[in-house]
Amino acid sequence: MKLFGSGHGACPGCGLPIAVKSVLEGTGPCFVANATGCLEIISSQYGKSAWGVPYIHSVFENSAAVAAGIEAALKALGRKDEGPVVVFAGDGATADIGIGCLSGMFDRGHDILYVCLDNEAYQNTGNQQSGLTPPGSNTTTTPSGKVLPGKIKPKKDMVSIALAHKAVYVATASVAYPRDITRKAKRALEFEGPKYLQIHSVCVTGWGVDGKQAIPVAKLAVETALYPLVEYENGQLVRVKKIKDRKPVEEYLKLQRRFRHLFKHPKGKEVIAELQKIADENAKKYGLDA
Amino acid sequence: MQPIDCLISTPDKGSAGKTGLWRTYKPIVDEKKCNSCMVCWLYCPENVITEGEKCIEIDYEYCKGCGICCEVCAKKAIKMVLEE
Repeated sequence: MKLFGSGHGACPGCGLPIAVKSVLEGTGPCFVANATGCLEIISSQYGKSAWGVPYIHSVFENSAAVAAGIEAALKALGRKDEGPVVVFAGDGATADIGIGCLSGMFDRGHDILYVCLDNEAYQNTGNQQSGLTPPGSNTTTTPSGKVLPGKIKPKKDMVSIALAHKAVYVATASVAYPRDITRKAKRALEFEGPKYLQIHSVCVTGWGVDGKQAIPVAKLAVETALYPLVEYENGQLVRVKKIKDRKPVEEYLKLQRRFRHLFKHPKGKEVIAELQKIADENAKKYGLDA
Repeated sequence: MQPIDCLISTPDKGSAGKTGLWRTYKPIVDEKKCNSCMVCWLYCPENVITEGEKCIEIDYEYCKGCGICCEVCAKKAIKMVLEE
């Protein structure tokens, strides 16, 4: 059996399985703790499992705490050589509901790789906005109407939050580059202490893209600098993915249903300008332009 | 001995059933064009692509027909054909 098996329940074209199998490719056999979310629903139906590794799911907010317990137990029993402990959690479980447990995990310095699968909303329950939803996105809790053009506040900067906790390794990745995910997962395990990896993952139903278009859309997020791929080791920025000929954000937005209203809404132009500003700031902050 | 605890699951293929039945479009591989570069294997969310003797092989029992393999193939060796 493969580490993440065929025949799970993800939508055709979903980015999560690509992210998960790429991470497992890098870590090898490991102990997985999972938060509630799409990934739990698609891979662990009652009495069944799509995982070829030891897997536990408890509740929404405590995946980091569960993993901390596993790590502490392995340490106490002298069984740390049996494999690393990896957490898979969605963006809602990471940035909103489980941020307390995550902060505790960072604080106690557990030797855990925390993987945040960022599909930019609570897609499991049907596209509600989370702390990592980008501005302008149309969700069921931030619908575009006569007054507001979708979500108004920017994404939470989880990378900076992880860095502020002195996490030893912090990186972002995208499902458009699976080899990069595998390399980052491998590199992360060379460090002892809490590690944070955030993977941008396409949601076909929530974002309103065709399954076939999943990879080009994810690629555009990186190429427009809206999702910079960066890597910090011991608090120092060591590597970034440089972009040749950075594209305007409209190219990324127009492929998705969740941003469709921006091209008609009276305030749409302002939001697009705001997103472009975010992209420009990312490019400047991380030096993305090649 | 059988596990007594009913909460312990045994991992297996097809935890969501025969997902190949979800398919609308079927990926067909052109043997002549495919050079087994395995980029499709890298991206396949379903993990159904394996290296065959001549070209890649797809497990149609679980392939959901998302079309990602067709999109990422540099040789344009995979075609999506409407399922009959």
